[in-house]
Amino acid sequence: MKINNHLIVTMGAALMLVSCGQQNQSSNGALSSSAAEKVYVAPGEQDEFYAFLSGGYSGNLTVYGLPSGRMFKEIPVFSQFPTSGYGYSEETKPMLNTSHGFVPWDDAHHPDISQTNGELDGRWIFINGNNTPRIARINLSTFETEEIIEVPNSAGNHSSSFITENTEYVVAGTRFSVPIPQRDMPINEYKSNFKGSLSFISVDPEHGHMDLKFQLLMPGFNYDLSHPGRGKSHGWFFFTTYNTEEAHTLQEVNASQNDKDFIAAVNWKKIEEYVNNGGGTKMPANYAHNLYDEGTHTATTTMNKEVLTVDPLKVPGAVYFLPTPKSPHGCDVDPTGQYIIGNGKLSADLTVHSFDKMIAAIEGEKFDGEAYGIPILKFEDVLAGQVKSGGLGPLHTEFDGNGNAYTTFFISSEVVKWKLGTWEVIDRKPTYYSVGHLMIPGGNSRKPFGKYVVAMNKITKDRYLPTGPEMEHSAQIYDISGDKMELIYDFPTHGEPHYAAGIPAEILAPKSQKIYRLDENKHPYAVKTPTDAKVVRDGNEVHIYMSTIRSHFTPDNIEGVKVGDKVYFHITNHEQDFDVPHGFAMIGQNTSELLVMPGQTKTSVWEPKQVGVWPFYCTDFCSALHQEMQGYVRVSPANSNIALKWSLGE
Amino acid sequence: MKSSIKLSMMGLFSLLTIISSCKNGPQNETKDLNQNESTVASEYTKGQAFIEDDESTPNVLQIALQSEDHTTLVAAVQAAQLENVLVNAGPLMVFAPTNDAFSALPEGTVEDLLKPENKDALANILKYHVTPGNYSKDFLKNFKKLGQANDQNVLVEVKGDDVFVGGAKIIGSVKAGNGIVHVVDKVILPPTQ
Repeated sequence: MKINNHLIVTMGAALMLVSCGQQNQSSNGALSSSAAEKVYVAPGEQDEFYAFLSGGYSGNLTVYGLPSGRMFKEIPVFSQFPTSGYGYSEETKPMLNTSHGFVPWDDAHHPDISQTNGELDGRWIFINGNNTPRIARINLSTFETEEIIEVPNSAGNHSSSFITENTEYVVAGTRFSVPIPQRDMPINEYKSNFKGSLSFISVDPEHGHMDLKFQLLMPGFNYDLSHPGRGKSHGWFFFTTYNTEEAHTLQEVNASQNDKDFIAAVNWKKIEEYVNNGGGTKMPANYAHNLYDEGTHTATTTMNKEVLTVDPLKVPGAVYFLPTPKSPHGCDVDPTGQYIIGNGKLSADLTVHSFDKMIAAIEGEKFDGEAYGIPILKFEDVLAGQVKSGGLGPLHTEFDGNGNAYTTFFISSEVVKWKLGTWEVIDRKPTYYSVGHLMIPGGNSRKPFGKYVVAMNKITKDRYLPTGPEMEHSAQIYDISGDKMELIYDFPTHGEPHYAAGIPAEILAPKSQKIYRLDENKHPYAVKTPTDAKVVRDGNEVHIYMSTIRSHFTPDNIEGVKVGDKVYFHITNHEQDFDVPHGFAMIGQNTSELLVMPGQTKTSVWEPKQVGVWPFYCTDFCSALHQEMQGYVRVSPANSNIALKWSLGE
Repeated sequence: MKSSIKLSMMGLFSLLTIISSCKNGPQNETKDLNQNESTVASEYTKGQAFIEDDESTPNVLQIALQSEDHTTLVAAVQAAQLENVLVNAGPLMVFAPTNDAFSALPEGTVEDLLKPENKDALANILKYHVTPGNYSKDFLKNFKKLGQANDQNVLVEVKGDDVFVGGAKIIGSVKAGNGIVHVVDKVILPPTQ
């Protein structure tokens, strides 16, 4: 063959590059450009942005700084967290209650920060639990999970938890359609019997308290991701769908048969009006609503028994389908609210729909049939343009507020920058490797802060020192202030970030809470002064009202506890100084330690099984005399007559 | 037709030799001469395709690289700079035409496609040989069509025990770490749009 010589040369050259490329790379690394300066936050200086990355299967939310990539905190949300005792302390166990009982884990996916007038206001951040459908609200003053509401009639709560531009609603769409209500039926009767629920959870403007206002029962497709309309499209919500084939098995084949799936456009204002005028059908349900009270430092669970459902056909003009090619994943709306972008994950191209054209097509009744009675708009009549990217596997698009969009491509491992309106590709940069989602601070709002984009990768391989088969995922930061993107930093992330939200530090940092005020502590077992410390027996329950201050527990010697007792340590931290928690752990306890913040009360349970004198101690290095911060509990046989007795310094 | 997928041990051996000689040998003298060129080259030769890993099951690219019957395909993949696409988590199903299949194209076709100015056309053809999926030859019999990475569909036909994809017959299959390689006897040309 003629080309053989050419081939050998090509291959030889390629192999040389394989083996030598990395040395070249290191000589042209970050220091030879200004990248190092751009990410360097000098000791004592602080970052420009907070970045909240979902933890995926960690169930939690992690807080990073940009541009440094430093991790500041892991906020426990859906998972028990021994670091703080979340989900282990008596006060926080109710946070993880569901209709399935106590579920100590979830798969946390898509954080979204509250907004006012379409701009980030930094009051709360919401995140969805994907597995046992739940939505959580986290207070951005305390950085604590304050509320978790379970979503009934949902499964694989994935097109969630995105909020409308005045935080009227946090929206939660089902990924998996299921029988609604749940019932015993053959799986192969899925088609036209299963339904997909889209839940609109209202958010109280003052306290943020969530309430499941209504649930739209849609055809049995998979609802993948969603975003709110904004500006002119405020009042609408857009959901990508796949599996419009309604396959119930081997979806990787059977859900890819249609060349086009849909973006569902939902006019929630219209449905809200319908519901406010008494529309909808109340359906029996059973779902948990867990609320943490900052005053009592205690969470409570309420089981709700009813949900208001809406049949989309009963509200004409409320729901339309926009045909969108190739099983679209991300469903993104640009800052003006004009463009709705479908990221067809098995495609090379992006499909951009126009909101104005959609409204015109609705008014002109440009329909291309219907699906279960819901009108399908003609593709050509809603299409604004297509981005011929040359990449492969687009997943998610964010915006810089300057007319540019940035899309991740999973299969070709890159971020592509393109221009809204002309659809021309301006720049592309590789990611390392197999990027899922990306984040520009404020990217899901009218006002993005287009300085950095963070790419969150699914595959790490050789980016960091190897740590065995399991490694943290990698993320890269690009400076996007210029025409071309510049890779400036690479850092490992915790769990599996599926999504992220960012906000300027100046919005959050000034209102970050430093302590809980002891005089405002309303916990029923709190002790306000050490003289109130006591031990009370109630049958086989022993309640120890205990306080801590550097560096002792009051009381620290306790006698009269017996084998078979259930001992509650109610610990109030009397410190009123920023960043001085005390910890508590008891030997042999079948639970985690606790970390008690200044002014807070937390409760730990211990059921002693063995006679003896057993120590407890402070787990947080609180002071120079931390090692002295300990105490003893004397445990006597079950039938002993030793009286309860407690003391400090006797 | 298992014989069509022989490992090129010579190729592997020389690859290892080059890697080790490069690591141990002096590099500084030559490095500065072509600073610009090597910078550009190293941008391109970064990514998953260039990670050394002899523990995992070979990915679809490594399988092609190791087959002496696919040197034309490998050259084409390199000319189109698609290496990193083929090592992705995928899953990827690659229909890999043999050297004979490329030779059966009209005289001059391959040489033309390998020219830098035809990189996009070549990439389009190669992506028409890739499906996001991972199915055995037997399982492929369940399909009437497949959606290919270049955004076009390709027809699947079953004749007796044989499976044809876009008119090309599957003559051998190799499982890969990130999917599967089906060796085919023809180059599959995408329909003109």
